[in-house]
Amino acid sequence: MSAARTLPNWVTVFLMPALNVTLAFVIGGLVVAAIGENPLRAIQVLVYGAFGYGEGWGYTLHFATNFVFTGLAVALAYHAGLFNIGVEGQAYVAGLAIMVALALDNTHWVVVLVASTAAAAVLGAFWAAIPAYLQAKRGSHIVITTIMFNFIANALMSYMLSQVISRPGANAETETIAAGARLPLLSQYLPFFGHSPVNIAVILAIFALIFVYVLVWHTKFGFKLRTLGQNPAAARYAGISAVSIIIITMAISGALAGLVAVNEAVGVQKRLVVAYVGGAGFVGIAVAFMGRAHPIGVLLAAILFGGLYQGGQELAFEMPSVSSDLIVVIQALVILFTGAMSEIFRPFLVRIFGRQEPDEPEPEPEPDTTGAGSAL
Amino acid sequence: MNASSQNSNQRPARAADSDLAIELRGINKSFGPVHANKDIDLKVKRGTVHGIVGENGAGKSTLMSILYGFYTADSGEIFVNGEKVTITDSRHALGLGIGMVHQHFMLVENFTILENVILGAEDSALLNRSLSHARGELQRLADDYSLTVDPDALVKDVSVGQQQRVEILKALYRGAEVLVLDEPTGVLTPSEADHLFRILEQLRAQGKTIILITHKLREIMAITDEVSVMRRGEMVKTLETKNTSPDELAELMVGRHVLLRVDKGKANPTSTRLEVRNLVVKDDIGVIRVKGINLNVRAGEIVGIAGVAGNGQSELLEAIAGMRKPVSGDIMVSGNTVSFHGDDGAARLRRAGLAHVPEDRHRLGLVTNFEEWENSILGYQDDDRYGSGPMLDIAAARAEAMERIERFDIRPKNPRLRTANFSGGNQQKIVLAREMDRDLDVLIVGQPTRGVDIGAIEFIHNQIIAMRDAGKAILLVSVELDEIRSLADRILVMFDGELIAEVDAADADERTLGLYMAGVKEPVTAQ
Repeated sequence: MSAARTLPNWVTVFLMPALNVTLAFVIGGLVVAAIGENPLRAIQVLVYGAFGYGEGWGYTLHFATNFVFTGLAVALAYHAGLFNIGVEGQAYVAGLAIMVALALDNTHWVVVLVASTAAAAVLGAFWAAIPAYLQAKRGSHIVITTIMFNFIANALMSYMLSQVISRPGANAETETIAAGARLPLLSQYLPFFGHSPVNIAVILAIFALIFVYVLVWHTKFGFKLRTLGQNPAAARYAGISAVSIIIITMAISGALAGLVAVNEAVGVQKRLVVAYVGGAGFVGIAVAFMGRAHPIGVLLAAILFGGLYQGGQELAFEMPSVSSDLIVVIQALVILFTGAMSEIFRPFLVRIFGRQEPDEPEPEPEPDTTGAGSAL
Repeated sequence: MNASSQNSNQRPARAADSDLAIELRGINKSFGPVHANKDIDLKVKRGTVHGIVGENGAGKSTLMSILYGFYTADSGEIFVNGEKVTITDSRHALGLGIGMVHQHFMLVENFTILENVILGAEDSALLNRSLSHARGELQRLADDYSLTVDPDALVKDVSVGQQQRVEILKALYRGAEVLVLDEPTGVLTPSEADHLFRILEQLRAQGKTIILITHKLREIMAITDEVSVMRRGEMVKTLETKNTSPDELAELMVGRHVLLRVDKGKANPTSTRLEVRNLVVKDDIGVIRVKGINLNVRAGEIVGIAGVAGNGQSELLEAIAGMRKPVSGDIMVSGNTVSFHGDDGAARLRRAGLAHVPEDRHRLGLVTNFEEWENSILGYQDDDRYGSGPMLDIAAARAEAMERIERFDIRPKNPRLRTANFSGGNQQKIVLAREMDRDLDVLIVGQPTRGVDIGAIEFIHNQIIAMRDAGKAILLVSVELDEIRSLADRILVMFDGELIAEVDAADADERTLGLYMAGVKEPVTAQ
């Protein structure tokens, strides 16, 4: 055992993630080299595809929008000490908001946006509130229940899509939103984005980032949520109702997850299809951890993962020998090194940048307390 | 490791040239700008109990961590049995015969005592062999030093006092000749502490050397042969215990004259503020720990609840503070019955005018990861003064925190600092300031001076008296009989979940109280 050594903030916040990503790319490059392709060119194609031109940026931001929602959902719950693994299922169930959009598609897109956002948030909140209630009232562990609820969501939505809400004649997809009520693409205002799907929901994502920041750090509710997350015993001492904090936090978390439906189903696909979330809920876990559960970190991590998704597709297109499975391998490496193994460089960085602090804080040899008795 | 105490018993012979077990010369250690140890010299004679006293942050723990190889000194020399050594890590320190018993035990809760003792010192890959060897060795140690434990009991099932014995056994099993005990009695009941001292006396009689770090002067006077006083990172003085007094030591520790006795006038109790009727409370595993208690506390008096730890005081306190739902009974604050509905009872009691300084301030009273100002509003976060709507008025909260930092002399004076970076005594003050600095009717205080050093004890006691004189009703629970006797106006003795005696503090003598605490019943005098 040795003394705890702490790192300067910029090292943990910027340098460490950057090194982790680099390491992931180096190993990914080795994999590319192993199948006989030039790894440098592969990386160049990937980076160019994601960030090199307007349309690439558009796709990147579109994916990033989903990851902001799911990343925030995980991050918010995390601040309350809850690990919401059910974001995927919450987003999937929220896809039912498409029915609201379809019902209103004879009106203006603003109406569709507002109504489907509200519906998606309520559906996501509902799906997250059930495991929250079970945790708060019955003590069922939320990690287990949210995983189970992903499966239930899958089964439920398969049933809905095949039996209840599917378009007559089609298999497992709904009607498509009428052209007049579709959410506007950013490319309609900014030609820079080319034919990319990035749409007005990106603004919703920015509001969501600000909302979570204000909620967690500037409201009384956020204070209680963080107290519960940091020290449940102190929360009880402080008269903070764990039951209500858990249920409300998870509901908000689920609502954020639900907004994926606005971007992906209502905004881009304009209908609901099977498994439309496509793993964004699970990427949200990596995004939240890489972003250290802070909205700015979540934003940056979401853009990184959005870039990986978009650049990966571009890579598969440009270099056919690099199959889409290999792209998944590279994405997985990034998740592995930024999430599960994010501390891998710490000992090394501590040796360079570490500042020693005593285990038992002894900040100042305590000056005498002469004035103490006179206080109050 | 084979270093059992048989071969280590020969160690003193080798270094017959020195009667010092440990000698430190000119030890310096800094953490950034903080000079935690300045030119420390220390001589510990073999076969003695050597006390080291000092306030929190005086540098005691740092010094011992250097001796135990946790830290490396910036400069200075260490001699063990007269030989100069460079201690690289704790394994090395153990090899030199130095064992440490930490304040917070380092035990695996769901291992048996025997398994904990051999943990990290298994001498063969097959566990059975180590275990049977250790079992014999443990028996021998237990016989030699009256360290009786049940080797097959799980650590989590035995008392704190027993767990501490396991820590001592661990060190002895590894051949420790010098035992360093860091605040060993902080977690013990008085009788457990007495038992520990008997063990230490046995160890000394067998030639072991003991370094006792504490801030309890009573313990120093009771058990040590010599005592070294540290203040602000410096070694102030080393004295023979028989030639000193608690007053002298306190003055050396704090650097000014300290009043060890509480000065207080007569209480003028008026109307009843806190009333508890037929309260029944269960603990976490469903055992009834409070068995129908009635008590009341009037404005302007301090009611003390004495008793050996574990007789239901903690559960009583938690129930009155709204943290634990009672099975039945009523709690009335200023005449209003408080409802037990929901899991935010503590907030309801605070609104009713009850403030609570919890027993375990570090665990319950603070979120150590929060900035200081955040802990300064903990429990009162919904008050209008921190914002009338859902938003938190951070500026107002910080301004108030800063003002309290000034008035309660909390250091460092920075409300933005993470609470974990404040010293233990200052963390206590953060909680006390928060709970006392408001318009309240009833203050309940659990173990007010647990883990607090002398300068702060005086401060806390004065604060409590001042609150009483300002007409607040105060309920005090403490396992320190001295503290109850000097602070309380009325003493209730709790035993096995019941209040078995009420004594006026003026006619309370230690013997009678001790009998009550041991459960010798007598009808409670009617109020």
